[in-house]
Formats: sequence, structure tokens, C-alpha cells
Amino acid sequence: MAFMRFFAIAVVVAACLFAAMKSVGNDYVFYAGYTVLEYVVLACAWNILGGYVGYVNFGVAAFLGIGAYTGIALGKIAPLPLPAMMFAGGAVAGLVGLGAGYLTLRLRGIFFAIATLALAVVVQTLVTNWEFVGGSAGVYAIRPKHIAIFGSYIEYMVFLMLSLAVVVIAVSRAIETSGMGLGFIAIRDDEIAAEATGVPTLRLKLIATTLSGAFMGMAGAPLPYYITFLEPSSAFNLSYAVNSIAMPLIGGTTAWFGPVLGALLLGISQQVVTVTISSEVNLLIVGFLLIGFVVLAPQGLIGLLGLAGRRRAA
Amino acid sequence: MPPFDLLANAIVAGLLLGGFYAGVAAGATISFGLLDIANIAHPAFVVFGAYAAFVLSAQFQIDPLVSALVVVPSFYVAGLLVYQIYHWAFERRGDDPMRGLAFFFGLMFVGEVLLILMFGVDYRYTSANYAATTLKLGKIALPLRQLIPFLGAGAILVAAQLFLRRTFLGRAILGVAQDHTAIRLMGANPVRLKRIAFGVSLALAGAAGVLLLILEPVEPSIGRDFIGRVFAIAVLGGMGSLPGTWIAAVLLGVIENLTSIFAGASWAPAVSFGFLLLTLAVRPSGLFGR
Repeated sequence: MAFMRFFAIAVVVAACLFAAMKSVGNDYVFYAGYTVLEYVVLACAWNILGGYVGYVNFGVAAFLGIGAYTGIALGKIAPLPLPAMMFAGGAVAGLVGLGAGYLTLRLRGIFFAIATLALAVVVQTLVTNWEFVGGSAGVYAIRPKHIAIFGSYIEYMVFLMLSLAVVVIAVSRAIETSGMGLGFIAIRDDEIAAEATGVPTLRLKLIATTLSGAFMGMAGAPLPYYITFLEPSSAFNLSYAVNSIAMPLIGGTTAWFGPVLGALLLGISQQVVTVTISSEVNLLIVGFLLIGFVVLAPQGLIGLLGLAGRRRAA
Repeated sequence: MPPFDLLANAIVAGLLLGGFYAGVAAGATISFGLLDIANIAHPAFVVFGAYAAFVLSAQFQIDPLVSALVVVPSFYVAGLLVYQIYHWAFERRGDDPMRGLAFFFGLMFVGEVLLILMFGVDYRYTSANYAATTLKLGKIALPLRQLIPFLGAGAILVAAQLFLRRTFLGRAILGVAQDHTAIRLMGANPVRLKRIAFGVSLALAGAAGVLLLILEPVEPSIGRDFIGRVFAIAVLGGMGSLPGTWIAAVLLGVIENLTSIFAGASWAPAVSFGFLLLTLAVRPSGLFGR
């Protein structure tokens, strides 16, 4: 029942957070909060594969973009409510993750990393040439005028993203405390030894890739409605990949609170820097932080704070 | 059936382009194929080389080809430095290639953003007058801006191949690639050899950058298009074989050019990456791998 208790606490914390954002009474808080929460989801999702299993995914933008464009394509056929689009986006992105993983995960980790870089470009090229979803010209996503219960649409989107963040965090923690998590760590530390001792490495890697990809896709589905105009170059922007990799590595990859911490710190400070200085300088800072942390503090912030390596008995 | 002239021109242009790709990939073949260092920032360094040549030619009216005399040695030194950091932070600790990848990814990204801050996102090009000249061979056009990079890249590959096969140092580097421990038993320092080899790989990136400026206008993020090409070529060429690199590069150049002429230029970027995904899925040891 430890899982239920953790989940209940996470829901309460999320509810308090939402109430606090609402009490500010300014829509900007929701606009900024949405981006930060999106990064919490992306960072945790990336960490399921990158942090626990040790396989680097450079194609975050591909999965996010697949989620976003699945939503667009579905919306053209039949307008569905946003949560349904998120599930659809997650399903498609998860399948793509499974396929890409099946093709390359039997090779050395480095080939998987390069293949994910390739995946981002292939998917972007396909979408650019797919007129149905707007092609290279882009597509408008019209937000519904009114939404029940929530006053404005952005509040509704923040609510959905917050719920998704709670789910991703709970799943991450459940993985950490389960036997599957031990299998992941065994693969990360020494894949050959893990294979030799009977860990089903390929299956575990495929599970991690699918889960990680699916969560990224779910995070991508509301994106068109957030920016209201979606074009391939913004949906597949490299900064998604950089941020989603930098956040867990800066926060620390061994436990779920590492990526959360990294995403909150980097996400919030980026909102401030983008407004007060410029978005290029903001990306520069992220890049330098990424390099600095991987070179000097391999365990990230939670390592510096002495929180890494502490493991609850499963 | 497309007219013969168009087809012949498309193939020749693809050949020239592919020959240039071989120059871009040569350094990565050394770092990735021989040293096992996945420098995904390699194409970014090629773009830095192009910008270095651009600055030299715009500020001091130095011809891009002459500027290579400055660019190549300084990239060699930069390579020694980058390898030193890489070795100290990652290789020495052993089993953590993930952070090494993130390190190069960070380098690529920081470099790109710095170029945007310094030069903006406008395309930059060389004003050298030969860039506009086109030779004619019957009905086949040979623009100098493509012919020079083709020949230059060929020279890079031949030089690198001679260095690796004919010199004492080059053979020692090949030795490190084959057996790290055995080289140490011979009394050589593998770290020093790898440092030199990585320096050479970045020097080749600088040289390819100079050629890139001649071939086409550059902008900061153009290196990303080359990531897929470079690794597709390195893997397809059989990891660490320079002749294999050249053949794979020319093959890719021709296929890419035919695609962009007959299916539309917007499909071209998918060719190299599709090639790469296919190679990894079907034949990861490359066309010429053992």
C-alpha cells in the first residue's frame, strides 16, 4: 500500500499547487506553470529510460511532436476531448518507441542514441510533407471557447498536465521500488552481467522505451492548443531535447525527485530569464549547466545534496 | 524515364556532394570508428570551421582555402583540449558513455547558440570569385563550388589514410583502436595516442568546414543536417575504414541528390537518417564490415 499512500500524497500536493496558482488570479501564472509542468513530465519520462536503464534518448522532440500531431490529425477527423487526444498521442508515441527500440536496442547503447537523433529528423520530414496536418506551413489549433468547471482553457490544460505529472512521478517511483527497477539498474550498471544472470534485458529495455515514449507523447498532445499555431520547426525544436536531457542530469538521475527538482529549478528560472533577458541567453545557460554538471557533478544536485543512492527496501 | 542529361547531371552532382560528405565524415570515422568516442558534436565543429573561415575571409580578405592553414592547426589544438576534458571526466571513470554523449550534445548546443548570438541566423557565404564559376564537360556541369570541396575532401581522406597507414604514429593509433592493453605493454601511452588522434579528427572537421563554406552558405544550425549523414556514413563504411567511408559517402550523396531532384528537396533530410536507421536495423557492421 506504499504506492497508494505515495499517490495520495502526490495528489494532495498537486491540488494545493493548483489552488495556489488559482489564488494568484493571473493567467500568466498558468501559462508559465504549464511549460514548467510539461518539462516535469518530459524530464521524468526521459529519466525512465535514460536515468534508470542508461540509454540516452535524443529524440524527445520526435515523441512530443508525434503526440502533438496525433492530436491534430484526430482533431481533423473527429473533434475529441483533450484527455482522449492525450491517450491517443501517448499510444502512438509509445508504439513508435517500441518499434525504434526493437530495431536498435539489441545493439550497443550508442547506436540507440544516434538512432533516436535520426528518428527526430525522419518524423519531422514526414510531418513536413504531410499536407493533411498542415505540412510545412503549419496549422492553427482553435481552443474551445468555453470549458465546463474550469473558467479558462489554460486552467484546464494546466490541470491535465498536472495530473499527468502526478501519474509520471508515481510510475517512476513505483518502478524504482519494484523488481523491474532493479532489473533496469542491473542493465545500466552492466548489461552483459545482467543478461548472464537471467535479467530479461531486451524485454525490460522495450518496456522502458515504450513507457518513456508514451508519456512524452501524452505531454505533446495539448501542445497545439497551448501555442495555438503549430508548425514542424516549433514542434520538433531541439530545445525540447536539450532541456529534457539537461533537467534529469542536473537534478540527478538515480531517483524520481532528481528530474523533478531539475525541471522545477531549470523550468522556473528559464521562465524568468526568457522574460527578463532573452531566450537565446536562456538556452546558452542551460547548455553550460548541462556541460558543467555532467563533467563536475555526475550525480547531479541530489548527489551534491547527499540524497542519491539512498534506497528504500522494495 | 527522365532525360539522360538530367539523370547524368544528377548523378555527377551527387558524386561531388558525396565526396564532400566523405570529408565531413572522415574525422568522425577516426573518433567514432577507431577511438570509440561518439562525438555527436562533430558536425557542429565542421560548422565552427566554416564560420572561422568566414571570419578570416570577411575580416582579413583571406581566401577560404588559404584560411585552412590557420583553421586546421587551431582545431587540432582544440581537439587535444576537448579530449583531455573528455578523458578526465568520462573515459577515466570507465563505464559511463551516457554522460559522455550528453557532454558532446551540450557542446554542440552551446556552440550553436553562441554562433546565433554572434552572427545571427542569416546565411553567411564566401565572396571568393571561383565559387561562381562552372566548368562544362560536354553536357555535364561541374560547378567549382562543388568540385573544389570534392577534391579537397579527397585530399583530406588520402592524407588521413597515409598518416594512419604509413607513419609510425598513425600505426600506433590503429594499434590503440585494436588493443588498448597491448599498446600499453609495448611501452606506449594510449591516452596520449588517443589525444593526438582526436586532435586529428577535429583538425579534419576544421578542414571540412572550410570546404563547407565554399560549397554552400552556412547558418548556425546547419550542422544538425549532417549528424545523420556523418553517422550513417561512418557505420555504413564499416567503422574506422577511410576507403569504406568514401564509398559510403558517395553512395549516400548520389541517392540523396536523386531523391531531392525526383521526389522534392523536402524529402532529402530523411534519406540519410532513413539510411542510418535501416543500416542499424539490418546490417550494423556496415557494408564493408567484417
